Amino acid sequence: MSAKIGVITFPGTLDDVDAARAARIAGAEVISLWHADEDLKGVDAVVVPGGFSYGDYLRTGAISALAPVMQSVIEQAGKGMPVLGICNGFQILTEARLLPGALTRNKGLHFHCVDAHLVVENNTTAWTNTLEKGQQILIPAKHGEGRFQADAETIAQLEGEGRVVFRYTDNFNGSVNDIAGITNETGRIVGLMPHPEHAVEKLTGPSIDGLELFLSAVGTIAA
Amino acid sequence: MSTFVNDTVEDAIKTPELDQPFEALGLKDDEYARIKEILGRRPTDAELTVYSVMWSEHCSYKSSKVHLRYFGETTTEEMASKILAGIGENAGVVDIGDGNAVTFRVESHNHPSFVEPHQGAATGVGGIVRDIMAMGARPIAVMDQLRFGALDNPDTQRVLPGVVDGISHYGNCLGLPNIGGETVFDDSYAGNPLVNALCVGTLKVEDLKLAFASGTGNKVILFGSRTGLDGIGGVSVLGSASFEEGEERKLPAVQVGDPFAEKVLIECCLELYKAGVVVGIQDLGGGGLACATSELAAAGDGGMRVNLDNVPLRAENMSAAEILASESQERMCAVVTPENVERFLEICAKWDVTCAEIGEVTDEKDRYVVVHNGEVVIDAPPSTIDEGPVYNRPVARPENQDELQLEGEIARPVDVEEIKAAWLKLVASPALASRAFITEQYDRYVRGNTVQAKNANAGVLRIDEETNRGVAISADASGRYTKLEPNTGAQLALAEAYRNVVSTGARPVAVTNCLNFGSPENAGVMWQFKEAVHGLADGSKLLGIPVSGGNVSFYNQTGDEPILPTPVVGVLGVLDNVEQSIGNVLPSEDNDLYLLGETFDEFGGSIWQQVSGAGLNGLPPVVDLLNEQRLADLFVGSDLFAASHDLSEGGLGQTLAELAIHADKGMDVDLSQIHPSLFTSLFAESASRIVVATNRGEELEKRAAELGVPVFKLGCTNDSAVIAVKGADVEFTVSVEELREAWTNTLPEAFGHAVGANAVVA
Repeated sequence: MSAKIGVITFPGTLDDVDAARAARIAGAEVISLWHADEDLKGVDAVVVPGGFSYGDYLRTGAISALAPVMQSVIEQAGKGMPVLGICNGFQILTEARLLPGALTRNKGLHFHCVDAHLVVENNTTAWTNTLEKGQQILIPAKHGEGRFQADAETIAQLEGEGRVVFRYTDNFNGSVNDIAGITNETGRIVGLMPHPEHAVEKLTGPSIDGLELFLSAVGTIAA
Repeated sequence: MSTFVNDTVEDAIKTPELDQPFEALGLKDDEYARIKEILGRRPTDAELTVYSVMWSEHCSYKSSKVHLRYFGETTTEEMASKILAGIGENAGVVDIGDGNAVTFRVESHNHPSFVEPHQGAATGVGGIVRDIMAMGARPIAVMDQLRFGALDNPDTQRVLPGVVDGISHYGNCLGLPNIGGETVFDDSYAGNPLVNALCVGTLKVEDLKLAFASGTGNKVILFGSRTGLDGIGGVSVLGSASFEEGEERKLPAVQVGDPFAEKVLIECCLELYKAGVVVGIQDLGGGGLACATSELAAAGDGGMRVNLDNVPLRAENMSAAEILASESQERMCAVVTPENVERFLEICAKWDVTCAEIGEVTDEKDRYVVVHNGEVVIDAPPSTIDEGPVYNRPVARPENQDELQLEGEIARPVDVEEIKAAWLKLVASPALASRAFITEQYDRYVRGNTVQAKNANAGVLRIDEETNRGVAISADASGRYTKLEPNTGAQLALAEAYRNVVSTGARPVAVTNCLNFGSPENAGVMWQFKEAVHGLADGSKLLGIPVSGGNVSFYNQTGDEPILPTPVVGVLGVLDNVEQSIGNVLPSEDNDLYLLGETFDEFGGSIWQQVSGAGLNGLPPVVDLLNEQRLADLFVGSDLFAASHDLSEGGLGQTLAELAIHADKGMDVDLSQIHPSLFTSLFAESASRIVVATNRGEELEKRAAELGVPVFKLGCTNDSAVIAVKGADVEFTVSVEELREAWTNTLPEAFGHAVGANAVVA
């Protein structure tokens, strides 16, 4: 039986089709999840995709973190279900307290769309275990509010516990310690600002490095 | 709390002599007289509002119509056979085979973007996206064509950051990839920037929707955002008159956009279409509800009755005229059979989209009745609202045109140091410098179908993951060429857009346009307009690709000084297998470089003329569209090319520089066969030229000879990090890094400090 990966759609979610495509290419069965529905439909893992959920009018991710579907995600994540938050999804996971820190406006205050080189710092998470530690991957980044911030104690803890998963080689948004992605204590939940789902096909991506995150999840679920 | 008093039809009959503000609404004496004649009485306030909006230049095309007919006259049956919906619909729709259709359109949002750059540009994107939705299509990408004054002009400093921020905010949040566009700087646009937005959509042929209301008893449903007091008079106040001093104060006429509402509206609309519950559909844009309902009624076979009491409002005490003229964004209007209304409402509820039944189709032919507060405020024949007046404006070739066409002297560097300096100066000029500062603020990846966008010759998209079918789109214009010779200028724009599409390997199938000109009341401007329309129509006929739609924007001037005539021409091409599209990034392995097409001493209207301070004079480059077609024959479906890059403004020098910079490759090129003058070889702007990289030179030369395409071997690429250039008797090198630095820094230096500047009203 193939891995069932759920992809959430909130009103204003944009990259759900991309996340679904990536999961499908990685061999997963994709289940669409609706923001207003608490039912996770028996999925093995969840991707919270990018976009501007609810218009991000209050604060990025703030409203979505309170959506019915997220209450089920929080519950299942507590039991070890792998969760990946990409861009707005990462923002939602921090607002939902599944991951620490916050994402604020980029240094320079512009929305910025570039192909970003990331260094893999932790290859033991559910979403990165097919990558090599120290490996560089190239995936698109596109956001206006992706500057990772946290208090010094949290940063020290993240660094000390090896929970920084990805770092920018060119820190265009001003994130603390060049942090592009982090994980929780168990390594099952990962959030990152750049978009692995946009780097899964040679035709459309700057590389196919992003596919590894989805292959990793599929492998983790099968294990 | 104040309350409104509607001016009803009954009041109009009782007070025939009432003084009405028709002039302030943009109507002329004789137009007002004609409305009275149609109605057999004076119009009510609401009727006056509706007629003034619908008869505005923006909605009625009253000055352009007589000339636009030429597009129809030059469309052969064969050309027309591929068009499913053409001029006059919300957007042209082209059949591209396999049951797939593509729709695309460009529209201007010039004046609002000067008054309030962020919202003006944002709602320009929103408006064009709804036009595409109204055809039954899913919008899949946007592009924008922007024109501003000189870089250091205070208005440019205010307007550009706001416009870019508006497009970035709205487009990114809406979830459509921005796959290209153009940005031009010229003094003539300083007080009247051009903000054109293009949207592409795809649909299955059978899902095509048209804007008409038919079927007695069918319901008219308004859905999307609530109707407020914003944007009242947008098209009549802003879109149909010239700009004068203090225009920034027309802020209340600019609409305010909500991209989140638009994204939800797109998904809601597509679900409604899929459920098969929509008979007819119309977007609400310029002219708001007045425009949408009267157009639906005029295109149907019966009449329509609308009750404004049911319109969801976001302001209290709005009068009938205000509700009808409001240009609140993110609204659509659908015609639905009674049995499908419930399902329609359910789908809207799923997406939290506000909707309301506001009227129905009646059997009273050509009668449009609007009721508010239980009183009749409009009772008029919709055909008369929809069919505005037609003007045959005076057309006269400007007296100074001959003088303008006399080419003055330009500096012609011969010394290698001077040529090198000229090259760096051109590459760094606002006209040719990198647009990364702008394009990196746009999402080009969303939806995962973007094949080429950044720095590309044309935007390339996959439209079908099963068949790998794709499209390529480019839109171009040169106001400088068009000013010198409007007919040729329009053909050069067509040639460039066509060539951009062809250089990706795509087969051009349709043309669209956005014709930005000065005041139609200026005979010289009307001459430019007429000439440009003829050039474009004749050119399209020669190339055998139909003009599927277009948009006209008049009154682009500051005081009496019109902008450079700017016919933006968009060309759509089809790729049977998008995996085989030709990119413009040189491969890492070394390749031979060839130039296709001939180079002549052509500097009229060129960027060198502008940058070297020689002004604007002479004649633009000669264009023979058959040469463009020969290039198409060479490129479409060919696998000979490792990369290709068209030549346009800045000539061969610009193309070689961009090729080297993008791929970080060096090259050795011998230009002695291109033209006796090295300077001319590098910077002349002759049409119908493309540089290609290939390692199958012999095959290329053979094939080019068969097709009659002139081909010159330039040299080859290498890893030297320099471009080594050889002329007839001189040679020099320039480092790729030096070119990159010159090319990269101009826009960030001019605008890096500005952060989404908003309207500044002094």
